[in-house]
Amino acid sequence: MTLVLRRLPLLVLLLAAISAAVFALTQALPGDPAFIAAGGGDATPEMIAHARERLGLDRPLWVQYALYMRNALAGDFGRSLVNRKPVIEDLAAFWPASAELALAAIAISAAIGIPLGVLSAVRAGRWLDRLITPGSVFLGSMPIFWLGLMAVLVFYRVLDVLPAAGRLTVGLAPPPAVTGLLLVDSLLARDLTVFADALAHLVLPASILSVISLAMITRVTRAAMLDILHEDYLRTARAKGLSEPRVVLKHGLRNASVPIVTVVGIQLGQLIGGVVVTETIFSWPGLGLYAVTAVENQDYPAILAFTLLATVVYVVINLAVDVLYPLLDPRMRG
Amino acid sequence: MATGGAAVAGAPARSPMRLPRFFRGGPSVLAATALLAIAGLMTLAPELFTRRDPNAIAYLERLQPPSLAHPLGTDENGRDVWARVVHGARPTLAAAVSLIALSLVAGSLAGLVIGAAGRRTDEALMRVTEFFLALPQIVWALALTSVMGRGLVNCVLALAVTWWAQYARLMRAQVLGVRHREFVLASRALGQREWRILLRHLLPNCFSPVLVKATIDVSLAILLLAALSFLGVGAQPPLPEWGAMVTIGRKYLLDYPWYATFPGLAIFVVVLAFNILGERLRDVLDPTSGLHLRSDR
Repeated sequence: MTLVLRRLPLLVLLLAAISAAVFALTQALPGDPAFIAAGGGDATPEMIAHARERLGLDRPLWVQYALYMRNALAGDFGRSLVNRKPVIEDLAAFWPASAELALAAIAISAAIGIPLGVLSAVRAGRWLDRLITPGSVFLGSMPIFWLGLMAVLVFYRVLDVLPAAGRLTVGLAPPPAVTGLLLVDSLLARDLTVFADALAHLVLPASILSVISLAMITRVTRAAMLDILHEDYLRTARAKGLSEPRVVLKHGLRNASVPIVTVVGIQLGQLIGGVVVTETIFSWPGLGLYAVTAVENQDYPAILAFTLLATVVYVVINLAVDVLYPLLDPRMRG
Repeated sequence: MATGGAAVAGAPARSPMRLPRFFRGGPSVLAATALLAIAGLMTLAPELFTRRDPNAIAYLERLQPPSLAHPLGTDENGRDVWARVVHGARPTLAAAVSLIALSLVAGSLAGLVIGAAGRRTDEALMRVTEFFLALPQIVWALALTSVMGRGLVNCVLALAVTWWAQYARLMRAQVLGVRHREFVLASRALGQREWRILLRHLLPNCFSPVLVKATIDVSLAILLLAALSFLGVGAQPPLPEWGAMVTIGRKYLLDYPWYATFPGLAIFVVVLAFNILGERLRDVLDPTSGLHLRSDR
């Protein structure tokens, strides 16, 4: 807990700096916001002056920043220039799809990467181990948008086994929203048809996204296990007659868990950029696709709100990783 | 290697035998070197590889599959995809290399100054650096280019805004590592000026991890710039940048798959070559450096 408290002022400072940076972006926007808010081309000078006053644009910069912060903290990011809805409503509507995609991706890469890393450390120098480094360089060199398109070609166009776009087949009614995650909500509603359909839609985008973190998780797990496999307490465990899997998993993996959990956490944060790209490939209706569409339409309130939100999520994930250390490793407590 | 007056006792000697050893890394290193040589040649003299004009429109020949006349097929305007891939090497590679060069120079200078500064300045400046490190790169590049305007040059600038900080952090760590080594103390004792020590002694001795990082970063830069093109803010048509070609080819993916496939393959191959050389460079120059946990893509 003390670590959280010690980190808190830094976090507040960082968030303040981030919001100031986003605010600085609003200042650099092309066009006069008062002119746009007054209705554009037909606006009279009086209407523009009125809008300027209403938006506080005639006040000093620091007052404007304070106003911006007050609104942002209250969840008011203005209205979309395209659909005229409050941006916060859109963010709330698109957010769960991104969360589902990112969580599924990190789950896939952890489920494959950690066993792969353990196995290659236990059999260091054997063929599997010798494939890990070249394999990760190979995968890491692929542009994921291209890999995604190739996967669409193979699994949708040629084999026709997986859908290539969206979260659900058009016409299928989504389950009542509880968490917003379709897999969870459909299970809660005991609707297996929707669950299967949602799963089929999720497999391809989540697998492609998982490629980003898979290599790193595997390599870090391998390195962490190699560090530990020759420790005395493992020899003791073996001498006690424990079976090899038990030695490796219970005594080995557990003690290697700090770097592994760290890398999984960091990679979850690193996925944010990949989420934007993956959602674009698969027309996945999440925040990334929302942001890219907003950029296309020059919908600045939407872009800036997304930027602020994504940065805050990124920073908080990275902080959470740091704070998790002492919970896992008693040596770092106190 | 003699770095002028830097041959003070204790300075780590960098053996001139290093270069040939670099190539003794197996067939993959040789293949990667050859591939990058070809890509470099494409950048400098694309005419050596194709006589076709990458922007010559021929509507009668649109979206043709690979053939003898068009080894990689043609695009939606009947332009030769091979010619566009060849001519696309220049914008793709030049943008990535200038992005890393810009970040490296700005970041290393900042890191050098931060590391050499006194303790309190060091702390304050590192907070500033950490702020830039805390920004997710693609998200901010997207936001900055939507404000500054699209295009490859703006993407380079937008990514450099966050990228320099990585070099600043690395360079600072290096400087702190060598600052109290004997050869620095010796030159200080000889009465040399601080900035001279900084440039002549600290800088050259900090550089090998930076060089390793830069090589690997070029591959990341290619991927990120291509991704930004894919998201619509990067290179704009008709520039034959590889990422932009994949983006347009995507519209024709299901019926004319070669169009998106080949430019993407070009990105993959060049990135792979840079990564192989980067890993090799690390083995040769800097075998102690560990895994880098963060690699935004």
